[in-house]
Order: sequence, then structure tokens, then C-alpha cells
Amino acid sequence: MTQLFKPELVCPAGTPAGLRTAVDAGADAVYCGFQGPTNARNFPGLNFTLAEMADAVTYAHDGGAKVLAAINSFPTAGRTEIWKKAIDDAVSIGIDAVIIADIGMAGYMSRNHPAQRIHLSVQAGASSPEAINFYCRNFDIKRVVLPRILTVAEIKKVHDEIGCEIEAFVFGNIGMMAEGRCALTNYVTGQSTNMDGVCSPASHVHYEEDEDRNLKTKLGEFTIDCIACGENAGYPTICKGRYNAGHKQEYYAFEEPVSLNLTRLLPDLMRAGVTALKIEGRQRSRAYVKAVVSAFRQAVDAYSRGDEPDISNLLALTEGHRETQGAFRSKTWR
Amino acid sequence: MTPQLTLGPVLYNWPAETWRDFYFRIADEAPVDTVFIGEVICSKRAPLFDPYLEEVVARLKKSGKDLVFASLAEVTSNIDRRLVERVAASDEFFIEANDASALWYLDGRPHAIGPYMNAYNEDSLEFFAGNGARSICLPPEMPANGIAALGKRSGELGLELEVQVYGRIPLALSARCYHARAHDRTKDSCQFICDRDADGMVLHTLEDRPFLTINGIQTQSYTCLNLINELDELAASGVSRFRISPQSTGTVAVAKSFSALLDKEITPAEANECLQESGLDAPFSNGFYHHQPGMEWCA
Repeated sequence: MTQLFKPELVCPAGTPAGLRTAVDAGADAVYCGFQGPTNARNFPGLNFTLAEMADAVTYAHDGGAKVLAAINSFPTAGRTEIWKKAIDDAVSIGIDAVIIADIGMAGYMSRNHPAQRIHLSVQAGASSPEAINFYCRNFDIKRVVLPRILTVAEIKKVHDEIGCEIEAFVFGNIGMMAEGRCALTNYVTGQSTNMDGVCSPASHVHYEEDEDRNLKTKLGEFTIDCIACGENAGYPTICKGRYNAGHKQEYYAFEEPVSLNLTRLLPDLMRAGVTALKIEGRQRSRAYVKAVVSAFRQAVDAYSRGDEPDISNLLALTEGHRETQGAFRSKTWR
Repeated sequence: MTPQLTLGPVLYNWPAETWRDFYFRIADEAPVDTVFIGEVICSKRAPLFDPYLEEVVARLKKSGKDLVFASLAEVTSNIDRRLVERVAASDEFFIEANDASALWYLDGRPHAIGPYMNAYNEDSLEFFAGNGARSICLPPEMPANGIAALGKRSGELGLELEVQVYGRIPLALSARCYHARAHDRTKDSCQFICDRDADGMVLHTLEDRPFLTINGIQTQSYTCLNLINELDELAASGVSRFRISPQSTGTVAVAKSFSALLDKEITPAEANECLQESGLDAPFSNGFYHHQPGMEWCA
């Protein structure tokens, strides 16, 4: 096998301890967000204060890793100051790049912090060369995080036609809807994925056992799935629920409760010109982050040396859970 | 600004003749000022309507309607990219951009920003205005206080603000076609199965409660948005364009009800009664506007 360009491994951190774990496990970059609504993982008990973020930058830089600040939800009218302060704060502590989704905030950054690297968030939903080049032209973005809706062949084509780097998700939870373009949670719960940074909030999730001991998973007042006794109940997100259509009963109308694992496609992604491989999971435990980051570190290093790595570790990470290569492998997924 | 009624693009895959006749009727009978045409959901569908496009455009222009050509909302494949280029690079029409790829081609030319573009705040409005936008249709999940704040800013920027006031609510886009999936096909092998459902395919929960509506790669509400009670407040907030999203039945009657209400010929209660009689057979919702779950109806 020939040597391949070695991509950056971009890893999640929901807490300062998680960040240290990711750096120690071999992350080239760690992404994290401030507490509050400015990032797309606004969960209780997660994310960083400014002081914690500053310490995180020091720790990561000492370990040879970068820190990317996810300020990637969409500020609502009248509240943009919170997002602008988050951007200013991130820049002031020497962050390596800011991940932005909102076009207004991209403008704010490029005007006020022209020297700062902007990464275009997956939430911006820029999926074509034209869309990405539009952001390059207007905001001088240095990297795009691609929506999880393209095949590897399409990613290659995008790479050949754009003026910035590509970051692609390779592992973790995967929603079925194009990022930044889903209001399903808000339709049911009144909390918005784009504006509040939440998807299927735990506060609205309920589990109910019926008389036959089947477990109903519910979001708000809607049953998202019903699991027979003994089966694993997935977390109820609308896009992984079971529904009835006129001619088809009890089927996963969007997708089964799967998670993304592109281990087998890693060399293809590297050949497609992807600069950075991204692991999802800021809400995950340190043990999980350590296992995933270490396994990906070994695999990526081996591929870039031209060796064939043992990927059994990576495949085992999702063992017992259903996994998918999502949109990436072939157009037949669509 | 004088309030205007607009008719959003047909979002479903109707038989081409039905599509043509629908727009003919709009041209002849519907009291709307602006009509959006163009395929927003699926680039595979676009050629189906091409044989009638010229006639439809001519008829709408003759009736005095302003015409806007809407661009595709999600762009992944080469066919998608070619469609966006064909639409957005053409100088024959005024364009509504529903994806940043259309903005690439528009390159500062005057245009409209569609509801799929995520214009949530004043800074976004400023960017869009500076980039040539003349009007912006807000995302449907925007609550009243956000709309009011943007109404104020849009006036200062010389932008017209538009809000959908009727029809199924666009909630999500995906790379996968859920119509094809429901029939064990893929997007490439779909054989246009979405043509079976003139107002989309309703998904029910396992308890058979109607929940969502599938329209190809798009997921819509099951409920029918109705902001008739909020129309005055919207106008006072600085919204000047009210968008009716076409459904297979009653769209002309719905337009007439909104128009009569704007002209103060009928009361909101009377208008609601007309909508109930002639519109889509689904419960109304207005929750997003009231900062409640979007499916809810706040009386």
C-alpha cells in the first residue's frame, strides 16, 4: 500500500477532563464549546467556561494539539451579543480556529478578527463547491466541515474545486437530516436545534412500559419507537423512530438507530484529499473518547505510513450497536 | 410598505398538467402579488415541468404577477449543481436563493433569500442586504419576538421581510429520499414515486397518530400552518410579504381569504372559517410563532 497524506484527527471534548484525555490519546486538534446556547451541543453539565477554555488551550498547545472553538448555533435576533462575546473571548485566549455556522457571525469574525482562522461548521450546510466557494470568497474561510450527506466520490470532487481544506466526520452519532436544516425537535418540543443547540432534549424524553412489557420511547407526547422486551432501546430522536405510512407499517421511515463508522473508508477519504477527520461525541465519557481517539490514531498513522492497520479495535467500538457508512459509501444510501 | 401576498413554489411532485393548470388558475383567479416557481426539493423533478414552463411564465406575467424563480434547497449531486447553475446564472428571472450555491452565481445581483437560508438575526440580514438581497423569507421556526426585531432592522436596511402564513411547514431536508425509502427504492431508482401524494405522504406514530409529512428529501409538518390571527401583528412588526405555500386543494380560496382579511373585508374569524372549509384537511398550527412547539395551535 502506498503512503497517504496524514490527516489531522479532530476529537471532541465536552469537559476540560475530556479535552486532556483526547490530547493525551493523540488528538491533533480538539473541538469544544462555551457553556450556553452558542454551540450546537448545549447540554446540561457540558462545555467550558472562559477560564477552562483558556487552560484547555494551554494544555493542548503544550501537548502539540490545537483547540477549535465551536460557536456554531444560530443567534436569534436581539441576542447576537452573546455569540460575538464568545467569538471575542475565543480569539483573546489564542484559540486556533473558530467554527462558525451563522452567516452574520462569519461576517462579524472576518471583519473584527481577520487574522483568525474560520472553519465553516457542518451546521452551515455547505455541501457543494459553489456554496463552499461562496463562503471562501466572502469570509476567507480556511476549512469547511462537510455535511454528512456526500459520497466519498463527491467529496473528492468538492476537494478538487474549492479553495479551502475539508474536514469530514468519520465516527459517532449521526442525524439523518442535513445539518443546520432541521426543525423537527422544535416542532415537537419548542426547543430549537439551530437556535438553542439542542436535538431531542432529555427533558422531553420519556420511557413508558406497556402491559406486555414493551418499552415505548417518547419525545414530548409522540411515541418515537416501541421496543420489545429484551431489545436495546435507542435514544428517541425523531429521525431514528419507527412510524406507519399508509402502505407500510412499523418501519424506520428515516433510518434505524445506527451510528456512523467510516473505519473501512478511511483510506478512500485520505485519498479524496480530506485534511481532517472528525470524531463526533462531545457528550461522551472520557473512557469512550480515549478508546475512540487511540484507535483512530493507530489506524490513521498506519495508513499514512502505507501499512494496513488492524482495524478490529475500531470496528469493535460499535459492536453490539448498529453502524452505518451513511451517505459516504454510495449513492444507493439515498 | 403595503402588505403583499405571495405564493411560494409548489413543493410537491404534481402531474405536469396539474402543475400547469394550477398556475393558470393562480394567474386568473388568485389575489397574490408575487408567484414563486421552480423546483426547490428535487432536481430530478425539474425536467418534468419544463414542457409547460414557458406557457406558465407567459400566463403569470400577463396577469401582472411578479415572478420569482426559486433555486434548489439542497445541492449534492452533479444534476443538482447543474440545475442551480441553470436557474441562478440566468438573467431572465428574479431569483430566490435557497442554498449558498445560488449566491455564488448571483454574485451581488439583486435577489430574494428563501426560507431555507437560515436568516436568524440582524447581522445575517445585514450581510444578505449588502450582498444584493431585496427580500428575505424567514425560517418558519422564527418566534414573534425574533420576527419583530428583524422587522425593525429590515426597514432600516431597505429589505422586505417575508413570512410563511399558510400551508405545511418545511421542517427538515436530508440527502436521502424518504418517499423512495418508503417504497423500497433509492433516490436514483425512485421512478418518481412521490407523484402519488399531492400533499406529501403522512407518517403516523405507532399509535396511528398523524405526525409528519414526507415530501421526497423534505420532511414537513403534518399540521397546516395558519397565521391568520397573527396577520395584523406581523404587519405591525414590519413583515410586508405573507407567503402562502401551495397545497393541492383550496389554495386559491385560501389566497382570497387572506386577501379579504388584509383589505379588512372580513374578520379573522370569518377568514379562519373559510380556511377550514376550503383548505388542507389537517389541523392548524401556529406554535412556532408563539414560541411553543411548532405543531401546537395557540388560540
